[in-house]
Amino acid sequence: MSAAEDVVTEAPAVEAVPKRAMTLGTGTSLLVLAALLIMPVFVKNFIIFQMTMLLIYGLAVLALNILTGGSGQFSLGQSAFYAVGAYTTAVLMEHFNVNYALTLPIAGVVCFAFGFLFGQPALRLSGVYLALATFALATAMPQLLKLNFLEHWTGGVQGLVVTKPDAPFGLPMSQDMWLYYFTLVVVIAIYIFSVNLLRSRSGRAFMAIRDNEIAASAMGVDVALYKTLAFGVSAAVTGVAGSLGAIAVQFVAPDSYTITLAISLFLGMVVGGVGWLPGSIVGAAFIIFVPNLAEGISKGLSGAVFGVLLFLVIYLVPHGARQVAILGQQFAGKLRKN
Amino acid sequence: MLLGRTLRTAALVTATAVITFTSGAAFAQKKYDTGASDTEIKIGNIMPYSGPASAYGIIGKTEEAYFKMINDKGGINGRKISFVTYDDGYSPPKAVEQVRKLVESDEILAVFNPLGTPSNSAIQKYLNAKKIPQLFVATGATKWNDPKNFPWTIGWQPSYQSEAQIYAKWLLKEKPDAKIAILYQNDDFGKDYLKGTKDGLGAKASSMIIMEESYEVSEPSIDGHIVKIKAANPDVLLIYATPKFAAQTIKKTAELSWKPLQILTNVSISVGSVMKPAGFEASQGVLSAAYAKDSTDPQWANDPGMKRWNEFVDKYMAGADKSDTSMVYGYGAASTLAKVLEMSGDDLTRVNLMKQAASLKDFAPDTLLPGVKINTNATDFAPISQLQMQRFKGEKWELFGEIISGDVASE
Repeated sequence: MSAAEDVVTEAPAVEAVPKRAMTLGTGTSLLVLAALLIMPVFVKNFIIFQMTMLLIYGLAVLALNILTGGSGQFSLGQSAFYAVGAYTTAVLMEHFNVNYALTLPIAGVVCFAFGFLFGQPALRLSGVYLALATFALATAMPQLLKLNFLEHWTGGVQGLVVTKPDAPFGLPMSQDMWLYYFTLVVVIAIYIFSVNLLRSRSGRAFMAIRDNEIAASAMGVDVALYKTLAFGVSAAVTGVAGSLGAIAVQFVAPDSYTITLAISLFLGMVVGGVGWLPGSIVGAAFIIFVPNLAEGISKGLSGAVFGVLLFLVIYLVPHGARQVAILGQQFAGKLRKN
Repeated sequence: MLLGRTLRTAALVTATAVITFTSGAAFAQKKYDTGASDTEIKIGNIMPYSGPASAYGIIGKTEEAYFKMINDKGGINGRKISFVTYDDGYSPPKAVEQVRKLVESDEILAVFNPLGTPSNSAIQKYLNAKKIPQLFVATGATKWNDPKNFPWTIGWQPSYQSEAQIYAKWLLKEKPDAKIAILYQNDDFGKDYLKGTKDGLGAKASSMIIMEESYEVSEPSIDGHIVKIKAANPDVLLIYATPKFAAQTIKKTAELSWKPLQILTNVSISVGSVMKPAGFEASQGVLSAAYAKDSTDPQWANDPGMKRWNEFVDKYMAGADKSDTSMVYGYGAASTLAKVLEMSGDDLTRVNLMKQAASLKDFAPDTLLPGVKINTNATDFAPISQLQMQRFKGEKWELFGEIISGDVASE
């Protein structure tokens, strides 16, 4: 069960997930989509803001899910890609007056390149060693952002304030609601892209590498290329999430993107279910709302309460939200038979 | 005692009434914004109760306890304070989320004493756009004194730059031919001090400062820097370093048997965590400046202000470590807010709250040094800008000289 055993027996670190089991059924998907679409009409701006953050963190967890659930590589360095995306957007918007929507693809491309390049040396590492290398990246990033010669652009420790966009075409919407729908569209587009990616030839190659690297290369999969590609795609999606995050929070600073963020995202992936893409949203909800819940229970011991809750989740449903979903499905099936 | 306070309040209310009378506002009328009512005033706060800066969380707890004490005594002008405080983990995105929760969900009247430069930078624009007071922020950056661009944000403690100016003024007066070396931390904290020193020295800065040496927070030891500075042979060493590095600096200069005049930032004056580890013998004669009383210093044993502070801690924070400077800080900040709410009377609108926060006259909380007073006006949003020089002697700090003022406006 432990990670050490996994390494010793050389078993795949990530349990094989059949590609069909990676997504939701059409009916459920439409239901969730409808709920996400009409929800903002009924709630306060603050809740809309929280929902926007939920989508954004969901996107970042999804990116990690593509990497870990898809290609079986670990990363504790997602916060670094998130930071690069956020800073790309902030710098472009504030210093070059680029439209916020245009900064997203730019951030995506920059992060893809960054992730792809980082993937090159990371290729030689696997399992816990890769996790450590990415960990180093996450720890280094806040300090790199404070560097003197970058300070003119990044604002150093003080960070950069980002202007929040108004709804276009004079739509009668608050900034928060507009940003929510904007984020929703981007997230759905990336979700559909990710699902299709994993169902495509490349996706099968990712999964083949995840399940057995040697067998995959014997089948003619270019292991090196696909591993770095997975890193690149994951970094690009994380970068877009970072951009959206910068616009929603209206502020970027090195202290926003510490190792804590990387660990939160990792946690979100595990709680949502490794390799189950819809679980990303559930995982994001866990990392956003459970700390608030823990704080409500005890201010001084919020960390301990959070730990206990996390322990309960891992103990009761080790496969996260995916397990809950499967249990729910079986239960519904039984009801139908009766 | 109680009569005295009532009289003082009455005098204040009358004074304020006279001022506002000319502008046509009737004082008898009760006016409220969201978060205030006949029975309650809702104040919001964010603090790093978890994460890298969680040591400061005690400030929030002190403030919570202080308002509990106020409520037990009947509240302010008959209204109870409801203090809502959330954890932001010293993370700017979390700070934004929690402040939006305070404003939009808890519907507070004002945000009070949020801690940390990054967190405050993150929420400043939002609060100013919403016209919600961001009162007495807990950071020493200079940028909070900017009423023109951010009329809803006001600082509290002396800024790093004003403190550095005070050292510069003192040097100009006492040691005008000094050869100064500056050791500073390479971030906004250290750079603020550097700028304040240069501004304070003015035209003489270039001739007096013979060396500027910076270090990174990530460095394990700064011994190398000290050796390098010594080689330049300055006779004054300004130490703008956080506690760990400050202790190393004092220790290393003594090891090199080098005795320049050392001036130490107020951030690192803790006897327990800086002077003692550096060695009391090595620390003799080090200079610094202070604005608040040290709770461990026996000279305040009979001070009425510190007696009240001690009673408060014994009753409302039983078991807390009294040597923690954060409790002195939280008490001072909370009493400033209480004062502003008292001055606001029955006009508990956000506009009036900001106006009152910017019209504090010679207010002296229990925990500030005698003579240090809080003054604000429409163009001065830096409440505390006075400090007094102190010298380390024996095992404690000894105050000397007059209270020096160092107002710095944000550009």
